[in-house]
Amino acid sequence: MTWENVRLMQGNEACVEGAIAAGMRFFAGYPITPSTEIAEISAAMLPRVGGKFIQMEDEIASISAVIGASLAGKKAMTATSGPGFSLKQESIGYAVIAEVPCVIVNVQRGGPSTGMPTSPAQGDIMQARWGTHGDHSIIALYPSTVKEVYDTTIKAFNLAEKYRTPVILLMDEVIGHMREKIVISKKNEIKIYNRKKPSVSPDEYMPYKITDDLVPEMANIGEGYRYHVTGLVHDEFGNPTNNSIIAEKLISRLINKIENNLDDINEYEEYKMEDAEEAIIAYGSTARSVKSAIDILRDRGRKIGLFKPITIWPSPKKKLEILGKNMKRVLVVEMNMGQYLLEVERILGKYTEVKGYGRTNGELITPNEIVSFVEEG
Amino acid sequence: MSKYLIEKYYRTERLPHIWCPGCGNGIVLKAIVKAIDNLKINKDDICVVSGIGCSSRATGYLDFNTVHTTHGRALAFATGIKFANPKLHVIVITGDGDCAAIGGNHLIHAARRNIDITTIVFNNNIYGMTGGQFSPTTPTGDKGTTAPYGNIDPNFDLCELAKASGATYVSRSTVYGVNMITKQVEEGIKNKGFSFIEVLTTCPTYYGRKNKKGDAAEMIRQLNEMTVNINAYDKLPEEKRENKIVIGELYRDTREEYTEKYDRLIKSF
Amino acid sequence: MKTLNDKKLIVEEEFCKGCGICVAFCPKNVLKVKNGKVLIADIDSCIQCGICEMRCPDYAIYLGGK
Repeated sequence: MTWENVRLMQGNEACVEGAIAAGMRFFAGYPITPSTEIAEISAAMLPRVGGKFIQMEDEIASISAVIGASLAGKKAMTATSGPGFSLKQESIGYAVIAEVPCVIVNVQRGGPSTGMPTSPAQGDIMQARWGTHGDHSIIALYPSTVKEVYDTTIKAFNLAEKYRTPVILLMDEVIGHMREKIVISKKNEIKIYNRKKPSVSPDEYMPYKITDDLVPEMANIGEGYRYHVTGLVHDEFGNPTNNSIIAEKLISRLINKIENNLDDINEYEEYKMEDAEEAIIAYGSTARSVKSAIDILRDRGRKIGLFKPITIWPSPKKKLEILGKNMKRVLVVEMNMGQYLLEVERILGKYTEVKGYGRTNGELITPNEIVSFVEEG
Repeated sequence: MSKYLIEKYYRTERLPHIWCPGCGNGIVLKAIVKAIDNLKINKDDICVVSGIGCSSRATGYLDFNTVHTTHGRALAFATGIKFANPKLHVIVITGDGDCAAIGGNHLIHAARRNIDITTIVFNNNIYGMTGGQFSPTTPTGDKGTTAPYGNIDPNFDLCELAKASGATYVSRSTVYGVNMITKQVEEGIKNKGFSFIEVLTTCPTYYGRKNKKGDAAEMIRQLNEMTVNINAYDKLPEEKRENKIVIGELYRDTREEYTEKYDRLIKSF
Repeated sequence: MKTLNDKKLIVEEEFCKGCGICVAFCPKNVLKVKNGKVLIADIDSCIQCGICEMRCPDYAIYLGGK
């Protein structure tokens, strides 16, 4: 380790550094607290690496420009917070059905509506999953340290490119604004995944061909593969159709290309789980408090550990089932009134007792609070 | 000529198109394609972007890079495409509802940036795809399904809006003067900056029927009677100017284009 | 009466929606709409001006061939 790779960095800054390392060369955004630094730092860094930054007129324009840029061949990202995330939802659905790789960062703040712009929250877990209309699958990642922000942003781009899908990178105000020491990976240590380019001539190219891996090859606009991109249900050539058989095939492929690859997509961290009889599930900044709480509880003789999903969506189903079968109790701690709790109950509620602890007043959940919850609950 | 243009530039297997009998959109689309043919631009270098609505279905029939986006956002998608790859000729096809209502914000800001996009609005004064609701360009007093007693909203002059917002080429034509559409699209594409072309077109099915405007041919004739070329307009006496819509090349300016400006920034490092 | 120009007036029936625009604008009353489709009723009067082709929104009528 050399010192030149060691930096003191804010979460939002690590996000941009990771994005550029992953190959991001286009950012479109709109100012919104607490994600604005991502736009500011992108504006400063991108032209220096030959990339493009544009401040759009609104949130919807930002995600739209990002999708356009990705279709034209750039790795593209936008960043926002709750209110902007809501505005972007229609276009996120467009990226899902048109299979356009892109990364949408949501640095969560208190809601609903304008809510508490400078306070952390984890209230968009379900919005990340179901925010856009219609049935679909989605990938959402949630780091909890600055180094993890850097790595997870790279992963977000890789998954977007690999599965031709929008990827949501969730943070919260604490993760976005917190500063930590990070050791930046060397270029040759970073694995980069790029979209599959067409392996056939333009005459033979089908932009939405159903292949074994369910992810079609992607031609960029301007490379001689002229095709039609639409938000309408379309056939393998991209042409709109109302045919129910084709519709069924398309929607199930869009879901299965993600759900069939949980082992590749799911990432999690376990803390002191080796001999644990109870588990706390937490993510993002809350997972940090939980770690401290677990240290305190362990000192008091309790066999308890943390399961921290980094991939929030799709759910780590197999892993959660194992937890359900092996744990006497599973507790979900989150800065909302029980959103991920619903998913945990759905998957492992039939195996063991599940209890949730949450709040939404803009304050972090403290280790002591968690200790009391575990001991009293 | 038609046969040649259709075979060269259309996805012929997608025809006939979905537009109603007598809808002017097919006329405008062919005029656009003719302009592209006249300019001899390689099909691979053209990207046509549209939003949602009758006009926006145009992209599905064209053998270019085509992107049929979400309602109102064609210009925002197009901005991303053009900015990401400035070598592309980016053309936006949109309608009066798509461009002036739900997408109004994107129009004024794309014009403000003077990004090199040629925007062609198929203005038929109505939301056709949803069945005839009044739009921001429906003349005051005219009827739509959501204005059963007559529209009380004042209507937009889209060309004035584009000009005020910073477009560097602004023109208006009608489906009566097909060659004028072609000429204007050529000029719009040649203009290095934001070009705005409003084409007045006909919706006999909804706007025409609701407002007793006669059949498709009659509506096209009325477009000729309602309009006057800007060259002639200046010479008209005051009383004859009233209620006339001015067509022709309305405005031109030269300002540095957006993507070129940014490229200068990149090169400065 | 044939003109110097010897192009042929062609109707693509499956494209025609019978809107009647070509009929209304034809200066020589060559065309008619019958059963919802355009019909060349009087080809001898055709002066091959191309107005029908220019105005047809459905690309259903054109001057082509030799």
